[in-house]
Amino acid sequence: MELKSNIPDGPLEKKWEKYRNDMKLVNPANKRKYKIIVVGSGLAGASAAASMAELGYEVECFCYQDSPRRAHSIAAQGGINAAKNYHNDGDSVFRLFYDTVKGGDFRAREANVHRLAEVSVNIIDQCVAQGVPFAREYGGLLDNRSFGGAQVSRTFYARGQTGQQLLLGAYQALERQIGLGKVKMHTRHEMQELILVDGVAKGIVTRDMLTGEIESHLAHAVCLATGGYAPVFFLSTNAMGCNTTAIWRAYKKGAAFANPCYTQIHPTCIPVTGDHQSKLTLMSESLRNDGRVWVPKKPGDKRAPKDIPEDERDYYLERKYPSYGNLAPRDIASRAAKEACDNGLGVGETGRGVYLDFADSIKRLGQPAIEEKYGNLFEMYERITDENPYKVPMRIYPAAHYTMGGLWVDYNLMSTIPGLFVMGEANFSDHGANRLGASALMQGLADGYFVAPYTVGNYLAGVKSGPVVAADHAAVKAAETAVKERIDKLMAIKGKKTPTHFHRELGKIMWEHCGMARTEAGLKKALELIPKLREEFWSDLLVSGTGDELNQSLERAGRVADFFELGELMCLDALERRESCGGHFREESQTPDGEAQRDDANFCHVAAWEYKGEGQVPERHVEPLAFESVHLATRSYK
Amino acid sequence: MSAEKTLNLTLKVWRQKNAASEGGFETYAAPGVSTDMSFLEMLDVVNEGLITQGAEPIAFDHDCREGICGTCSMVINGRPHGPKERTTACQLHVRSFKDGDTISIEPWRAKAFPVRKDLVVDRSAFDRIIAAGGFISAPTGSAQDANALPIPKENADLAMDAAACIGCGACVAVCPNASAMLFVSAKISQLALLPQGQPERYIRVRDMVAQMDAEEFGSCTNHGECETACPKGISLENIARMNRDYLKASLIYRPKVATGGAG
Amino acid sequence: MQTGAGFFGSSIGKKIVMAITGILLVGFVTVHMIGNLQLYLPAHEGVYALDTYGEFLRTLLHGSGIWIARATLLTAAILHIWAAWGLTLMNRAARPVAYQNQAYVASTFASRWMRVSGVVVLIFIIVHLLHLTVGNLLPGFEQGKVFHNVVTGFQVPWVSAFYILAMVFFATHLHHGIWSMLQTLGLSHPRYNGLRHGLATLLTIVVIGGNISFPIAVLTGFVR
Ligand SMILES: Cc1cc2nc3c(=O)[nH]c(=O)nc-3n(C[C@H](O)[C@H](O)[C@H](O)COP(=O)(O)OP(=O)(O)OC[C@H]3O[C@@H](n4cnc5c(N)ncnc54)[C@H](O)[C@@H]3O)c2cc1C
Ligand code: HEM
Ligand code: HEM
Ligand code: SF4
Ligand code: F3S
Ligand code: FES
Repeated sequence: MELKSNIPDGPLEKKWEKYRNDMKLVNPANKRKYKIIVVGSGLAGASAAASMAELGYEVECFCYQDSPRRAHSIAAQGGINAAKNYHNDGDSVFRLFYDTVKGGDFRAREANVHRLAEVSVNIIDQCVAQGVPFAREYGGLLDNRSFGGAQVSRTFYARGQTGQQLLLGAYQALERQIGLGKVKMHTRHEMQELILVDGVAKGIVTRDMLTGEIESHLAHAVCLATGGYAPVFFLSTNAMGCNTTAIWRAYKKGAAFANPCYTQIHPTCIPVTGDHQSKLTLMSESLRNDGRVWVPKKPGDKRAPKDIPEDERDYYLERKYPSYGNLAPRDIASRAAKEACDNGLGVGETGRGVYLDFADSIKRLGQPAIEEKYGNLFEMYERITDENPYKVPMRIYPAAHYTMGGLWVDYNLMSTIPGLFVMGEANFSDHGANRLGASALMQGLADGYFVAPYTVGNYLAGVKSGPVVAADHAAVKAAETAVKERIDKLMAIKGKKTPTHFHRELGKIMWEHCGMARTEAGLKKALELIPKLREEFWSDLLVSGTGDELNQSLERAGRVADFFELGELMCLDALERRESCGGHFREESQTPDGEAQRDDANFCHVAAWEYKGEGQVPERHVEPLAFESVHLATRSYK
Repeated sequence: MSAEKTLNLTLKVWRQKNAASEGGFETYAAPGVSTDMSFLEMLDVVNEGLITQGAEPIAFDHDCREGICGTCSMVINGRPHGPKERTTACQLHVRSFKDGDTISIEPWRAKAFPVRKDLVVDRSAFDRIIAAGGFISAPTGSAQDANALPIPKENADLAMDAAACIGCGACVAVCPNASAMLFVSAKISQLALLPQGQPERYIRVRDMVAQMDAEEFGSCTNHGECETACPKGISLENIARMNRDYLKASLIYRPKVATGGAG
Repeated sequence: MQTGAGFFGSSIGKKIVMAITGILLVGFVTVHMIGNLQLYLPAHEGVYALDTYGEFLRTLLHGSGIWIARATLLTAAILHIWAAWGLTLMNRAARPVAYQNQAYVASTFASRWMRVSGVVVLIFIIVHLLHLTVGNLLPGFEQGKVFHNVVTGFQVPWVSAFYILAMVFFATHLHHGIWSMLQTLGLSHPRYNGLRHGLATLLTIVVIGGNISFPIAVLTGFVR
């Protein structure tokens, strides 16, 4: 397998423009003779499907929810970055590019990130034209805020619902094309297999989640925009249905999987309350602007927070990172919280939580000021925990949030399988080893609105139009059979334990050994535990009902089965990457004062894994990363 | 601090095998559920029990579990999303109930939302209403600079209020007429309040209302239930605005004339 | 796509028809009640004010005035009932399977019983016309002697009881109807919503209060 990034020549800031001018075009009259499948209707999928349909291609779009509007992009709260420099505070395409590369700990591809920063400005224009109600100032112009530790105000937002509003914009554009008959939408359809004909992606096999019917859909190109896989940890901030199935099937058909171990753990989530917990809720990062993080100095101190005197509290972020204090980046703040709890200083019933205290801010600014800034967040916190954060400090704990890893793609967003494109969180993305706040929405929309419509067209220009392959082509039938067999196999086990049970157990292993901090011993242990648990899964699983009806326990079982395999690959990847970078912290690789220590000499590359067959160890390939426009620097937040 | 407490609850749940079959209520015990659980987590626990007993778990729609995707949909004790104001079913907590309570759980009921299984209904009618006109035609790449069009903050805020709708369908579920007017008017209002939405303003309201009627939702007789059941607090004012626009659209209506030829 | 029939066929179109006819009907009952207040005016040279008023109405525009008014009212009433019927069918069909358990918070008895109260009003109008316009409901009706007809009518206890009961239903119809018609016509603004409810309540109290006062005044012998 060769990892050809296909980065165009020329100076960094001219690459994309020049490349677009050199692309092959499909004759407008011929576009409707090409069919494109888009799996996923989140920001990336919906924007791509709508844009490509507008161009004239025939598009079929799939999602597992009952409506494309419900993709998990809807949950994003904070905002979306764009280098508009509306505030004249010195922002520029280059600065956004640089911040993203640095934030990603120098593990992303320069050319991609620069393109991302370039099109970021068009995204805002596009969304406003669609009627996205971004926050505005009294003068009627767009408001911005600074987010995720950025030095400039470049984050556009729509109350606490930026993801929802952006998604609705894309969804409306998509629905418009559906109404015009240019997009055929398949809701409640789960992609279960990729169809390859002579090594080229030509379609997918889906399961109709209402009837259980297995169907194949054929197309000249297949785009996957199926989102992230954080629920491999069982508990995460992702939706219950987020899964790896689509990209995992593609991986097993030959698409390289890049950097699977890069996961982002978000520091400000509401802690777990018990074993019944099904998911975790993110509290916006912006809370750290006014909240102070602390734990008691004495292990096992069970006093109520207000009874713990000032000198018996450890404001550990302020202590360790005097210049950034409570605003230290996500990965650093998360690890610090874990460390405190590991040392027995955690608070709350489970001991897995730290205080985020607003008492000082309330004293300084008054409750009304805090209410105005964070009222809805405080309300949400109280709704979930039944505690009033104006009176008692919030309790927070890190939770799995975002996956930087994903299918490897070249500059065209094409995977190692010709004709298979991957967009949004599903690809290994432009965020390197760590994603900055408000950059995922930007990337999803950049891919969908402004990159894929060009690059997919460029690919199609070299593909014969007209019928794809016969519906009874051997490859199609084989893919369908594989899906049916897999479902039958799951149904036939008839053991004693539910899919959720296995998911939870897997999640524990992943969180323990492949979570915020990773060690060689821990990863090796996980690589023993996972196969054992997987074996148990395949022999003691109990799925209720039948395969040919709406069956949520079967859906869950299928996803968990793939998480098992993915989890193993994540641990393998984490084990091989013997450095710390971004969200990947190897305890063996730290500075004397406990900070992440990159190893640029040996690991300044993308690791992409090639599937080698059932029971075989996958092969690790590398794509070296060259930095020409920025200097590799050490992130320091002291 | 919320000292963990447990409750014993009884659930009366609507079970229906599929769209074609008749449904009915089944009673399940939910003993010892923690008050820290969300309502859906309580159902998860009941379901785990059902699966291990070889029974079929209760099918219900859900995804984000943080009140934003609009997927969860069930009528709890006669109220869509349950008794708590501005709260989706997934954000409702068991602590809203008392020990010993019997809780009834039914699906959204409306002709336009046929039941697929148990508590799962088909809300694709909403998507078709949006497809009929709930958008601004702004093809990718054709936009001018975002700040070229200043929008009074008040309008932007009102548009945002309307845009907060999560498309859950609780308004339909609660309306004695199963009317979708709150949902439809929220989208119409959002776009009608913004300058970008003006060119299509009147075509939009006509087409969306026509689709809403074609989907066989009921009509609004101003009961005002929808506003109280809406988890996002969408205001009745939007319905008034839609009516206004619809009246105007009907008064100024001109049939679409085919213009131009092939090519 | 949209034609005139589209408007009348649509849910909102029908609602607007109801609201506009509603304005006419509310206007009529308000004016009618005010006119009827003349029941309390003393007789002038042996002629009751109410009789003069009746005469005035009958001879307005050389006798065509009352027919124009009747035609308008009748059309409004027919359209109102036609739209109500259409919407009722639509709303029934929209929920084929009822809830086992439904808890209302915002809707009122009045809003949920509009059809019933409407039908009661329809029955009332028929009886009322037979009583005071056609005159074949009770013996002793004298064409043109409006005061006499009203007073002798209301002296029959069941007639008064019927009027009072009908007015209770009518009150609920009016109260929800007035608020509802303003909302239907798009008159909604957070600043004035309180006013809208106030207006509905005030008008209902005035119209119904006035109307109920007549049979009571007669029964108690205040007017005889
Ligand atoms: C709580 C939360 C808050 C966030 N806040 C921010 C923020 O403030 N700023 C920011 O930039 N980013 C934020 N992010 C990250 C960002 O929201 C996501 O990375 C981004 O929206 C992903 O978009 P996507 O289109 O790639 O995938 P998604 O929106 O997840 O869409 C995936 C789509 O794929 C479909 N799908 C998945 N699997 C299958 C299958 N097997 N078959 C068929 N269809 C399938 C789904 O139905 C869905 O339509 C946040 C994330 C979370 C969880
Ligand atoms: C208790 C209250 C009422 C009294 C005392 C009253 C009295 C009368 C009288 C005396 C007439 C005959 C007038 C005439 O022939 O000159 C009349 C006519 C009429 N009233 Fe009333 N009325 C009352 C309430 C109502 C109400 C509530 C309605 C409507 C809902 C109504 C509708 C009519 C109509 C439609 C006519 C016929 C007008 C015509 O001649 O075309 N009345 N009323
Ligand atoms: C004749 C029998 C009548 C019937 C069956 C009837 C029925 C109805 C119904 C079903 C509604 C809709 C309820 C709603 O929108 O909330 C309604 C509304 C209304 N009715 Fe009647 N009604 C009748 C007579 C009247 C009369 C005589 C009046 C006038 C005084 C009247 C005034 C109104 C008003 C103002 C509305 C509100 C219109 C709107 O919502 O826009 N109705 N009626
Ligand atoms: S208006 Fe409210 S209740 Fe109706 S769909 Fe939207 S969010 Fe749900
Ligand atoms: S409850 Fe129904 S009747 Fe109208 S005001 Fe709301 S849609
Ligand atoms: S599950 Fe998303 S709103 Fe309830």
